[in-house]
Amino acid sequence: MAAVQETVDRVRRIDVDQYRYGFETLIESEKAPKGLSEDTVRFISAKKHEPAWMLEWRLEAYRRWLTMTEPTWARVDYPKIDYQDIYYYAAPKPKKALTSIDEIDPEILKTYEKLGIPLREVAILEGVEPPAGGEPSPSRKIAVDAVFDSVSVATTFKEELRKAGVIFMPISEAIREHPELVKKYLGSVVPTSDNYFATLNSAVFSDGSFVYVPPGVRCPMELSTYFRINERNTGQFERTLIIAERGSYVSYLEGCTAPQRDENQLHAAVVELVALDDAEIKYSTVQNWYPGNSEGKGGIYNFVTKRGDCRGVNSKISWTQVETGSAITWKYPSCILRGDNSRGEFYSIAISNGHQQVDSGTKMLHLGKNTTSRIISKGIAAGVSQNTYRGLVTAHRKATGARNYTACDSLLIGDKCGAHTVPYVEAKNSSALFEHEATTSKISEDVLFYCTQRGLSQEEAVGLVVNGFVKDVLQQLPMEFAVEAQKLISISLEGSVG
Amino acid sequence: MALLEVKDLQVRVDEREILHGLSLTVNEGEIHAIMGPNGSGKSTLSHVIAGKPGYEVTGGEILFKGDDLLEMAPDERAAKGVFLAFQYPVEIPGVVTMNFLRTAYNAQRKARGETELMAPEFLKKVREVAKRLSIPQDMLKRGVNVGFSGGEKKRNEILQMALFEPSLCILDEMDSGLDIDALRIAADGVNALRAPDRAIVVITHYQRLLNYIVPDVVHVMSKGRVVKSGGKELALELEASGYAQFDDAA
Ligand SMILES: Nc1ncnc2c1ncn2[C@@H]1O[C@H](COP(=O)(O)OP(=O)(O)O)[C@@H](O)[C@H]1O
Ligand SMILES: [Mg+2]
Repeated sequence: MAAVQETVDRVRRIDVDQYRYGFETLIESEKAPKGLSEDTVRFISAKKHEPAWMLEWRLEAYRRWLTMTEPTWARVDYPKIDYQDIYYYAAPKPKKALTSIDEIDPEILKTYEKLGIPLREVAILEGVEPPAGGEPSPSRKIAVDAVFDSVSVATTFKEELRKAGVIFMPISEAIREHPELVKKYLGSVVPTSDNYFATLNSAVFSDGSFVYVPPGVRCPMELSTYFRINERNTGQFERTLIIAERGSYVSYLEGCTAPQRDENQLHAAVVELVALDDAEIKYSTVQNWYPGNSEGKGGIYNFVTKRGDCRGVNSKISWTQVETGSAITWKYPSCILRGDNSRGEFYSIAISNGHQQVDSGTKMLHLGKNTTSRIISKGIAAGVSQNTYRGLVTAHRKATGARNYTACDSLLIGDKCGAHTVPYVEAKNSSALFEHEATTSKISEDVLFYCTQRGLSQEEAVGLVVNGFVKDVLQQLPMEFAVEAQKLISISLEGSVG
Repeated sequence: MALLEVKDLQVRVDEREILHGLSLTVNEGEIHAIMGPNGSGKSTLSHVIAGKPGYEVTGGEILFKGDDLLEMAPDERAAKGVFLAFQYPVEIPGVVTMNFLRTAYNAQRKARGETELMAPEFLKKVREVAKRLSIPQDMLKRGVNVGFSGGEKKRNEILQMALFEPSLCILDEMDSGLDIDALRIAADGVNALRAPDRAIVVITHYQRLLNYIVPDVVHVMSKGRVVKSGGKELALELEASGYAQFDDAA
């Protein structure tokens, strides 16, 4: 319970309506002209010194995008986005070419420091509770790739990773340095024509992370990327590609924050994962984009396409997400279970408070034999928010022995919010076994009174109930993230009662 | 010394007056029984003493150890020693009973400026009390009241009462839904808490409970008022003649 107490203490120290990461960094930046056209795409590609094939790939996506329309099926409601009123590229203006981390603009280093993200190559020691009765955890290293607006500003531990044969670099660099890998895998999981936002991303993505883990290698440290939107009126379109070769393993963490602004900002990312035979990828997200203020003004529109392909036999992809931020979240990290015996997992905590709208869930597409999947979704709605779980589980004709277990639980705080569960199930193979459980509960006045009668304050009571509710999913996160995520959850729900 | 003084208490819910000037004094070391027909306002009184939101106090006062109880939040009242055992304890899924107990226990200690109890010490204490109340260990590992039988829920309330060592224990219809064996275990648990510096108020519809928990004072409530008070023989009288005789008095 120590963590709960800590959470509560933390909540007490901050003001209501105070998004911790809402500050802005004052640096000079270089931007593409506002709006979207073939010229914008060419501008971005040229800035990145891309080879011709990459530009062609982008242009094709752009032309395709022009023929598409924005999807409307999600349970989210927002004013029409003016795609010509957005900057598609913004980069901190380098004073000179960088050769080491010490040459990064100190303002940017300070920003990441404020966010609690170490860009210097130091092992992370603090923030880890020793397991009960056990030894304190040994120091753990986390390699970080930091993306500031449209560009990656620093990647740490590159050398050490290279020794293990792991490639971890900004995708813009990978396009130049490892074109054969990028060509082979980029768009192989999320095709350029996949959906409106993914296609837009394919045309204008500016940076993101690239990971390649060679056969048989267990990546020696956690990899992580921190995305930060700083510039006004700027979209962020990051692209992440992770390839785990035969028998390899990698755990990857992603965190996101943005300044507090009155206007809405667009974030449309694409993440592609490829797991080959016997490989495993664990992908964790703590999404804390600015959610807008208490009146629902401002906040990030988070339209994200994340998909993993269990391409090899016995491969495994596991998504864990803690979604607390953004004005609108539209996100369905999915698994294509292509290889026989492959396994997909989706663990989610999605919190909406104030005027936030969340429409999130997953797709588990069982194609191979004896494929298994597990979905644990915890939705928490407070304020006047709307929180929807949307999931699809399918078994292909050939997916003999496919198994899925889905549990969707919703928790309502107050009576002005809504929680919705929209599961689609489709089995074309009669041996497929899909189980689905769903519950909706409420932190009622009676529960709060019961807890306060026993000596807990209102906040402690909410913290306790919520932590109990999300426990199963929090356990899936790497330790450092779990502690951080738990704090974040309480902060996100601040002011939701009383 | 008077532990609890309720003076001319008037309470409304949704514009409707439910308690119309209720007075009650409970001294340290005493056991009181509050009896009365359904709807006479017994639960309302217990809720207002414990600080449940939704009640509007339009007149009168409640003093606890000489302090104005109505000024305090429910958790402050708990830390000061007010305990209410609920008629229908709520379920809290996902929150392990043992963790709940420890969090609540330490919250109260902290509020009183006392040091918090470490896990091993606390565990030992809980096990002891649980054993006395015939509460199986595995119940403590389950979610608070989740899947508990009626009897288990009541025992869990008494377990908390025993742990927190409050100065005022109010038990609302603790006998409802209990068979005779369960009732005896629960009543033994309550009797074990009799102490010179503690008062116990049992709210009940039936005299049956009072065979097990013998009160010093019995109050009869009707239509939002205490209409008669007396010794334990008053309960027997009621059992024989029913509540109807008080309708006019109210
Ligand atoms: N929340 C409420 N809203 C409206 N009326 C209520 C509420 N709670 C109690 N009452 C009314 O107040 C009266 C007393 O109820 P209660 O205190 O539960 O009596 P008892 O516990 O003696 O059976 C009843 O008439 C009941 O209908
Ligand atoms: Mg009652």
